[in-house]
Amino acid sequence: MATARLRLSEPLAITAAAVLFLGVFPFLHAQGVISTFTLGVWGKYLCYALLAISVDLLWGYTGLLSLGQALFFTLGGYMHGMYLMRMIGDLGQYKKPIPDFLVFLGWERLPAFWEPFASFPFAVAMVFAVPGVVAFLFGYLAFRSRIKGVYFSILTQALTYAASIMFFRNNLLLGGNNGFTDFKFILGHRLADPATARALYAASALALLLAFLFCRWLSRTKFGLVQQAIRDGENRVLFSGYATAHFKLFIFVVAAWIAAIGGALYTPQVGIINPSEMQADKSLEAVVWVAVGGRGTLLGPIVGAIGINALKSWATRAYPDLWLIILGTLFILVVLFLPGGIVSLPARLKALWQRFRSPRLPDPAPPAAAESASAKP
Amino acid sequence: MTHPLPCWLRAVLAGLFAAGALAAAEPTPRQIIARAALTEDAAQQRALISSLLGRADDAIVPLLEAWRKDALFLHTAADGTKTPVQLTGDPDATGARVASRVDTGGPWLDASGRPVRLNPSELTAVEHNTSLRRAMKGVLDLVDLAAADPAKRLKAIQAIGLAQDAEKLPVLQGRLATDSVPAVRRALREAIALIQLKDARDEVKLAALAELRELHPLASADFLQRALQEARERQNAAVAGAARAALRAVEDHRTTVDFLGTLFRGLSLGSILLVAALGLAITFGLMRVINMAHGEMIAVGAYTTYLVQNVFGAGLTIPCFGLSVPLPGLNLSGAAYQGYFLAALPLSFLSAALVGIALERSVIQFLYRRPLESLLATWGVSLVLQQGFRLMFGANNVQVSSPSYLSGNWLINDVILGWNRVFVIGFAILIVFGMWLVLTKTPLGLLIRASMQNRTMASCMGVSTGRVNLLTFGLGSGLAGLAGAFLSQIGNVGPSLGQGYIIDSFMVVVVGGVGSIGGTILSAFGIGGVDQVLQQYLPSVAPGLGWVPGLGGFLQNLAQDAAVFGKILVLAGIILFLQWRPAGLFVIRSRGLED
Repeated sequence: MATARLRLSEPLAITAAAVLFLGVFPFLHAQGVISTFTLGVWGKYLCYALLAISVDLLWGYTGLLSLGQALFFTLGGYMHGMYLMRMIGDLGQYKKPIPDFLVFLGWERLPAFWEPFASFPFAVAMVFAVPGVVAFLFGYLAFRSRIKGVYFSILTQALTYAASIMFFRNNLLLGGNNGFTDFKFILGHRLADPATARALYAASALALLLAFLFCRWLSRTKFGLVQQAIRDGENRVLFSGYATAHFKLFIFVVAAWIAAIGGALYTPQVGIINPSEMQADKSLEAVVWVAVGGRGTLLGPIVGAIGINALKSWATRAYPDLWLIILGTLFILVVLFLPGGIVSLPARLKALWQRFRSPRLPDPAPPAAAESASAKP
Repeated sequence: MTHPLPCWLRAVLAGLFAAGALAAAEPTPRQIIARAALTEDAAQQRALISSLLGRADDAIVPLLEAWRKDALFLHTAADGTKTPVQLTGDPDATGARVASRVDTGGPWLDASGRPVRLNPSELTAVEHNTSLRRAMKGVLDLVDLAAADPAKRLKAIQAIGLAQDAEKLPVLQGRLATDSVPAVRRALREAIALIQLKDARDEVKLAALAELRELHPLASADFLQRALQEARERQNAAVAGAARAALRAVEDHRTTVDFLGTLFRGLSLGSILLVAALGLAITFGLMRVINMAHGEMIAVGAYTTYLVQNVFGAGLTIPCFGLSVPLPGLNLSGAAYQGYFLAALPLSFLSAALVGIALERSVIQFLYRRPLESLLATWGVSLVLQQGFRLMFGANNVQVSSPSYLSGNWLINDVILGWNRVFVIGFAILIVFGMWLVLTKTPLGLLIRASMQNRTMASCMGVSTGRVNLLTFGLGSGLAGLAGAFLSQIGNVGPSLGQGYIIDSFMVVVVGGVGSIGGTILSAFGIGGVDQVLQQYLPSVAPGLGWVPGLGGFLQNLAQDAAVFGKILVLAGIILFLQWRPAGLFVIRSRGLED
């Protein structure tokens, strides 16, 4: 009975959230109730939620703990950032038709690979192509040689690390450690306009909704079932005749795309993208959001991303020295005591309540589903 | 004020000597300088000063320096006699200081035997002009040539050779005839040959080139290049050929030195990686616990070294969550202070081991069956520890000074061997040996190996696997702490010290084969060697990368940053290597499906 009610209430909750984020927030902003700053902050949270969903798609649903999702997020951000940099035109500090940092490095003309980024469609294509190709190549090599479990995590972390030290160099001609900033226009609209901010926010909310619906649909198809079976017992799936490497590769690339979309929307709203976004720490932070929110669910990552980032916004102002300690402790506690994350709390409380109501009944099974999810069978 | 008569005599004599017979009785450098100070004639003054060329005496440098800085004075007595003096000691109430005589270096005593005190205002500084200062500089440049310390002589000789000053050639040749230290003789020959390169006569030039070819000093490459250029312009085939031959000898030598240097650096980087990864080889390799806080264990060791250093020194106050914890210092100095590092070694092992044991008890023991979760939880621990370091020791790097026996170089055949690097290599060997002893020759090692190979079976045989886990984790963490003590001598000590090593350490263990200590050793030296080879030779390969379609210019650009590009290539190489050997170099064979 409870499950039936849940089934009915879920689409309702999704619709309500969608209306709130897609309709009410922009409306209130247009009316001047919510400031552009607040809207921008929420837009950022939603982009992080996309990153969290991509982590969850891999970790929660396929059992692949990728510590490199921030790389794909940042790559998407950089590709879009290159377009935004071109749109600055000659309004930069040096009043030259090429980005400021190139002038600073002594360039007179635009390097060849920067040329096509003046086109928005090309930049959007690159937002998908570059992270996609990186994910495909890495995933192909990793899954082909059956690298899994912690080895996969360590290797993705090394990949991110290698990429970040590369992006920190000026020689890459992508802005070195300052990255891209000072954007002015997007598609002919001034980024400083509240209307542009509203449109970007709405695009983020829409992207998140679509990603959510896509993952929700995917997890209920046969493909999604195989995917979850890989998580729970890869060898059995392999012996049943499924080429698990192909499944994992597909999911890895799709997750990279979702993260890249998040990054591409993040860049214009935050106004800066630089290599510190792709350091291994950022990927791990995204994993924290998923773990705290509840992995293996689709709502969990969104709740976690928004919740932790809101907490971070508050704590870094109120207790700047203690924020990392709070984050670390929270993480340890969640891993140890709440493997299902925040979204599993109601079920846990309910179980407690029932045990309190009728103590003679045998213990209801603890919510061990998530716990056993990543444990080796 | 009275003054002794001989002074007056001396002044007259000085004038006589300067005018004519310098070679009479050999006067001491002090006497010569005193005489020069009294002489009015500039040419004589120069001649006197120049007569000091090539002489070794401790008095020369301070006296001439004082002269140049207007701290050499002439005292004019009532009867007009002049005495060159220096003022020493602290000024008394009237500003007068004790006068010392330039010609003897001793205090100037008046008739009653009491030291004379003079006020600077009663004295005139001895004058000097440009040509005299140049003469002094010539003397000062050569003074080190006669120094008793061979290292000082060597340095002076090399400087003269590089300056190619033909005027100093006779002095060098005179020195070559008398000096007996092989290294100094070699440097003298090099310097003479370098100076002779500038000679106008071909036969001298050819002899110099032959000499340089035989000695092939690295510093001569530029000079040989210039000589070759010059010979070409004058179409002097013989000299050009000899210059080319000498240049080739130097280049060959440089290749050898570069190769040996790379080998040494590769070995030392390999040792650093090995020392950092050994602890992980135990916690990750044997126990299969992904300890993301391993880097912070290294930092614990490094900070312990810092604390021990301060306790041996002046003490330290640590702000700790709002409280100030004062640590009294022992205020040691000299050898006792230098010994802090030896005390820091066991302490950093212990402190890191204790932190590791606390971590195992509080977090890891619940996660042995959930490796991914242990990765995440230990990452949380690493965040907390990093921030803890920041709160206790500040966000900036702290200063850890190397003891004197770790800072210095050996120069063997032009290859620089830093003592700390040599020490790290030795230390790595020692640690590996110690670990081998513990694991194979002690009861604890037996229990560790049994539990790690088959925990259930060991437990059935009565091994308390919980305690063994605890001790093993403590051992691994302690090794990380030891690594920290060492890395504090090589790199910076700061809150994010560990982050710099954690990825490299994991790579070393994964490439070596998880669970295989031998593999870890081999892969550490392999990765270290490859990294250094890439760093050494990438810049020379970089221009050749232009052929790659589309990415050529981009790669060329990137390859300029040899350190970063080398590191990226190493990581890419590791990923490709794992294609070929997914389980690393040494695989522990098992029948289990999931292993």
